[in-house]
Amino acid sequence: MRSPRHTSRWAVASGAAVALALVIAGCSAGSPSTSSTAKSGGSLVVGITTDVLSLDPWKATQFQDVYDVLPSIYGTLTEFDKKLAVVPGLAKSWDTSSDGLTVTFHLRTGVKFHSGADFSSADVVSSLQKIKDPTTAAVGAASLANVASVAAPDANTVVLTLSSPDASLFAGLANINTSILSKADSEASIAAKPDGTGPYGFAARTPGQSLTLEANKSYWRGTPGLGSLEFRVIPEQQSIVSAMQAGNIQLAPIDDPVVAKTAQGGGLNVAKTAQLSYHVLQLNARHGDLTDLNVRLAIQCAVDRKEVLDTAALGAGSITGPITSPAYLSDPKDQPCPTADLAKAKKYLAASGKTDVTIDTIVSQGEYSTSVNEAQNLKSQLAKAGITLSLEILDNNTYVARWIAGTFDAAVALNGGNPDPNTMYGRYFTSTGNLNKVAGYATPELDKLFAEGRTTTDVAKRKDIYAQVSKDLTDNAAWVWLFTGYNYTATTKTVAGFTPMANGSLQFLRDTTVTK
Amino acid sequence: MNTILRSGIVRRLAEAVVTLFGVAVVVFIMLRAIPGNQITANLGTEAAALTEAQRQQLEAYYGLDKPLFVQFFSWIGSIFTGNLGYSAQGHESVVSLTARSLPITVELAIFAVILGLLIGIPLGMLSASRPNSGRDAAAQAVGLAGLSIPAFLLAAAILAAVAQVFHYNPNGAGFATLLQDPWLNLQQLFMPALVLGFGLAAPIMRTARTALLEVRSQDFVRTAVGKGVPQRRVQFVHVLRNALVPIVTMTGLQFGYLLGGAVVVEQVFSIPGIGRQVLNGINQKEYAVVQSSVLVIALLFVIVNLLTDLLYRVIDPRVRAA
Repeated sequence: MRSPRHTSRWAVASGAAVALALVIAGCSAGSPSTSSTAKSGGSLVVGITTDVLSLDPWKATQFQDVYDVLPSIYGTLTEFDKKLAVVPGLAKSWDTSSDGLTVTFHLRTGVKFHSGADFSSADVVSSLQKIKDPTTAAVGAASLANVASVAAPDANTVVLTLSSPDASLFAGLANINTSILSKADSEASIAAKPDGTGPYGFAARTPGQSLTLEANKSYWRGTPGLGSLEFRVIPEQQSIVSAMQAGNIQLAPIDDPVVAKTAQGGGLNVAKTAQLSYHVLQLNARHGDLTDLNVRLAIQCAVDRKEVLDTAALGAGSITGPITSPAYLSDPKDQPCPTADLAKAKKYLAASGKTDVTIDTIVSQGEYSTSVNEAQNLKSQLAKAGITLSLEILDNNTYVARWIAGTFDAAVALNGGNPDPNTMYGRYFTSTGNLNKVAGYATPELDKLFAEGRTTTDVAKRKDIYAQVSKDLTDNAAWVWLFTGYNYTATTKTVAGFTPMANGSLQFLRDTTVTK
Repeated sequence: MNTILRSGIVRRLAEAVVTLFGVAVVVFIMLRAIPGNQITANLGTEAAALTEAQRQQLEAYYGLDKPLFVQFFSWIGSIFTGNLGYSAQGHESVVSLTARSLPITVELAIFAVILGLLIGIPLGMLSASRPNSGRDAAAQAVGLAGLSIPAFLLAAAILAAVAQVFHYNPNGAGFATLLQDPWLNLQQLFMPALVLGFGLAAPIMRTARTALLEVRSQDFVRTAVGKGVPQRRVQFVHVLRNALVPIVTMTGLQFGYLLGGAVVVEQVFSIPGIGRQVLNGINQKEYAVVQSSVLVIALLFVIVNLLTDLLYRVIDPRVRAA
């Protein structure tokens, strides 16, 4: 029998040898003998921070699923172009009847699902009906709320009959949550092996680690730029940048400005695009002192939005008004106090007759990088006007629970935007909107404006309506809109042809190529 | 003696079962004390848009509609049938998730312990060789750094520096298990193990120093020196061997902590171990995943402690005789 002494000496010696070998390997500048580093032949690895939660486009809600991953797999009737204007997708064109109640889509021919099945109007009818069916619990059901019936007069035509004209419908149909699935697919088959009409089809998945797609050779736009596309999960953005510097990952969306800066300094290309989502101090106009318009206006006037942007987000962004949709953009200066005005704030506060104003404010810690800094800066600014922000810094789950319940005076929030202003704010600021409890503000005038906006298809008229909405919201200081940040996309020098989008979508992976 | 040993083991096992039950209760309650549930975790703020009927449907789907004690005992009951629950996110049973993640964390912990011992014991010996000297202070300073530099900082700094300077980051290459690609696997685990091992080296070094100094002052060491045994043999065979018991105890305890404490390092280095499984479970509010994974970690902790006890008997004949 080997004596314990020999065993321990053997163990120490072999442990030391392994460690030494690894130190040498770790210090050698050469690339490791990995099997999956960047290759020629159009293989691209995208770094994402959380695992794909849902491959079912009707159920997906996680930002990364909806915008990063699923647009490469699925197709929609309409699509957004680079500037977020609605353009044809699986439907090559459409006509709207003069009363706005009938929309006829003319479908593309020769489109195939990854499974090889032909795409036809029957798939569109089946998909839209299932999305509308409450038992499906589809996220996109709200986009089809005004669709009364769906019919297919022939294999390449689909007719939607609406209960009232709906100008938001086309933007809603461009959302990945209203993707067209094959009528033969079920929820279980999609979860196991997604089947879409998009540029890349499912190849393999390791839960918690990666999702690999391969080129859809029969993609209707022609063969996509990449032979294979892998989404690899690396939880920390900084670690993703390190992996890019080592050449293991070629493209990654980044939202932390500090990380984006290190990526830029580290020899990577970093593109920035203004976000649709907006940073805001939500005020609940049905709570306590905030029911008084003068108090809300005092808050609006006391806040120096530029200072919040500079201190919390290192100046990486721009001041915003309510609507961030590029075609309907609000003028950020169009509000009672275009820039911070402490004297005016004090005047409003005096007019309210209140002296000791304390606002209970919820703040999420960890959901996005700037939240706590924004809250602290706002607190110090409002203190100068004699208003106390009492901050409750909460973990994200608690924050979301409180936000949904509407149990706060104010909330420091980063809310998602939308290319369509009705989709963006209709649910918040109409009295029947499902997030109205959270928004804490609605008036009959706003209800009327949103109803008009939804049924107006004339673009110029629509712009005018949403300009009025925007003015109503800022004149009444419903919330204090702060700034929009940037989305960053880091790429290695080998990546070409990728176009980042304001909604954060990676849909242009279909045009992306990789050179060695 | 056999009876005593057997009753000792029975007592330890009984203690282990009570401990594990306690862990199960605490984890179960703590998870539910945190606001939000799997529905809000999945839907985020969109959960506000659910109708009452949809909410009830989802609650029934996730089993949240049952009273808490029913949830608890149905979980405990299914554990005894080998069913640790199901991850709705991973479309996979917790057993198979854990079967994949646990060996990775165990490998990481073993690797970290080896590195910790390789750093800690020589430092302890260096330090003890001349107490209160310059080299003692230097070794203690390294130990202090190991204790005070947080793992997340060291991990991020090492990763960023090595990637930027050497363009080397095996952890970005997609994780490979020891069986799939041993060479890549060892490279991927080296940096995280070094970070964990460095933190571990500090208590090992301190324990080693104290134990070595104590053993060295004992008569048999003086006798050995007096007999003319070579200095190196005295240090390694007589002193170190006898100082090993507290070092092994300390290492055994730390090994248990490593299993749970590897969360941060696994996150930074993208190691799909059980720590990350727990963290993902917490983020996604997957109660079954968190509860069962924590229970598995606790079970392992208990087993490691038992093994540590047994290891004394191998190292120290005096314990065997006692």
